Amino acid sequence: MGLNTPEIELLGIAPEIALVVGALFILIVDAIIGEGGNKWHLWILSTIALGVSIFLAVQAWGSNELQMGDMIAVDGFAAFVKITLAVFALLTVWLSRSYLHRDGIEESEFYGLLLFAVAGMMLMASAADLIMVFLALETFSLALYVLVGFRRTSLTGQESAMKYFLLGAFSSTFLLLGIAFVYGAIGSTQMYGSSAAGAGAQGIATALVSLPAGEFTLLVIATGLLVVGLGFKVAAVPFHMWTPDAYQGAPSPVTGFMAAATKLAGFAALIRLLDAILFPLRGDWRPLVIGIAVLTMVVGSVLAVVQEDLKRLLAYSSIAHAGFVFTGIIASNDRGVSGSLFYLATYGITVLGAFAVIAVLGGRDERRTTVDDFRGLFYESPLLAGALTLFLLSLAGVPATVGFVGKLVVFGAAVEAGYSWLVVVGVLASAVAAFFYLKVLVVMYMQERQEGAEPATSGYGGLATGVIGLAALATVALGLYWSPLIDFAERATFFFSAGG
Amino acid sequence: MPVAYFLVLSALLFSIGVYGVLARQHAVLVLLSVELMLNAANINLVAFSAMLGEAGVPGQVFALFVIAVAAAEVGVGLAIVILIYRNRRSVDIDEMSLMKW
Repeated sequence: MGLNTPEIELLGIAPEIALVVGALFILIVDAIIGEGGNKWHLWILSTIALGVSIFLAVQAWGSNELQMGDMIAVDGFAAFVKITLAVFALLTVWLSRSYLHRDGIEESEFYGLLLFAVAGMMLMASAADLIMVFLALETFSLALYVLVGFRRTSLTGQESAMKYFLLGAFSSTFLLLGIAFVYGAIGSTQMYGSSAAGAGAQGIATALVSLPAGEFTLLVIATGLLVVGLGFKVAAVPFHMWTPDAYQGAPSPVTGFMAAATKLAGFAALIRLLDAILFPLRGDWRPLVIGIAVLTMVVGSVLAVVQEDLKRLLAYSSIAHAGFVFTGIIASNDRGVSGSLFYLATYGITVLGAFAVIAVLGGRDERRTTVDDFRGLFYESPLLAGALTLFLLSLAGVPATVGFVGKLVVFGAAVEAGYSWLVVVGVLASAVAAFFYLKVLVVMYMQERQEGAEPATSGYGGLATGVIGLAALATVALGLYWSPLIDFAERATFFFSAGG
Repeated sequence: MPVAYFLVLSALLFSIGVYGVLARQHAVLVLLSVELMLNAANINLVAFSAMLGEAGVPGQVFALFVIAVAAAEVGVGLAIVILIYRNRRSVDIDEMSLMKW
């Protein structure tokens, strides 16, 4: 019996390889250089690794194939998500540099774990096998559990790491059970089916075509479990319990990264599964996902209204935004897929900007993160107040910001697919959401600064300012001139198909 | 033996795990309950793989992957538990209530 070696092509996972090599290199270099010094090499090396990764992700542009023994789909969808993830990570690295340096906790492990997390998220986007989905999910989750608890001496930081870890591990078992049921139902965990002739060349997509209609019961149960498992990661109600606690206790740059990148990675797997692979079963999964979407939009918006802490408020707002993305998934047409990706990309930039402002203003050890601490901010630091205003308006979906365009695209796709009532729910939820964003604005502009309050902006580096500036620029520029990115998302989001 | 026996066993284990996660107060016991749930899924994988006969090798390989992942997860989890114990002298998850709502 000859040994059957799979064909190894590394182009498909080159962006991930670059990140992992970069992360290991950072850890080794830091061990050689040792303690002390300015530690500027950490963020420079991370930037280089991410730059190389973006370059390699662009190289894979336009390919349409399965690689690594049919484990990895190299298609436009994966390329778009990978590039976006790397951009989020770049902004996070620059912001973290200022933040960690100020708080005196700048360690190589932070950058290493961040790059490992991004590598896992990228694998998630191009996973073409459910085993790959599970491994990628665990890769980035394990890195994130540690990053959330990175402020080791902070009691809230530890508590949020613990809660995030326990609930995250709990949820991934549901995903795993779902995968086991898929395996039982069709005898394979592959999504597309093997390209190798013969040898049980069955995947979910091919099984759905070949099996008779009555035999899908187990697959439908499995789909439900997969949605639950991934729903935890994207913070959909009723699986959102960890979100506010994890977002509040994590270091602000990590919170921004989680809101932007974890959501994108989780949704990437959900979109590929639901809108491409399980599309023939849409009659079965749509009621479940519609229920989740409605709950997510409403509960996220309503609970945000009563929040006192700005990070917690943005956590609930991120839950509501997950609901808006779900409307694009439910539409499950081409515009829904590209619209969801556009929404996630632009929401990520905006929310990273908002958390960058909080990281700067929160001060050492994040002592000032309640809404009250932002009182009269405009009179002290008009530029930061202006930037935060812009981000909050964009999150609320006010025209001339990119948040408005994003909502327009996903809601448009849902109307096209005949879900107008879902859009009505979404618009009502946004109206509720506008209330708490405006509440923050009122506090910033119309109330007096507290007597004897510390100056808001002490000791942050130019890099953080740069991140805020870039995010603000993107929010306005894409809000006024959005067609290039939408065109890009539309052309990008083709899935692997055997015929194409 | 019919595959249904193993599925029942796995369902029982999974339910015990869910109960443990929801009802236990000690963080390490919650972690153990999560391990039960992972192993319940593993039993499913191996049972289906045995049912498929020679074509069922991927299922066993997947079970091995899961064991490795579970070990990594315990590593990170126990590190967090120790960190919390050092600061609070307790790992009762009901006492972790600095943040609410």
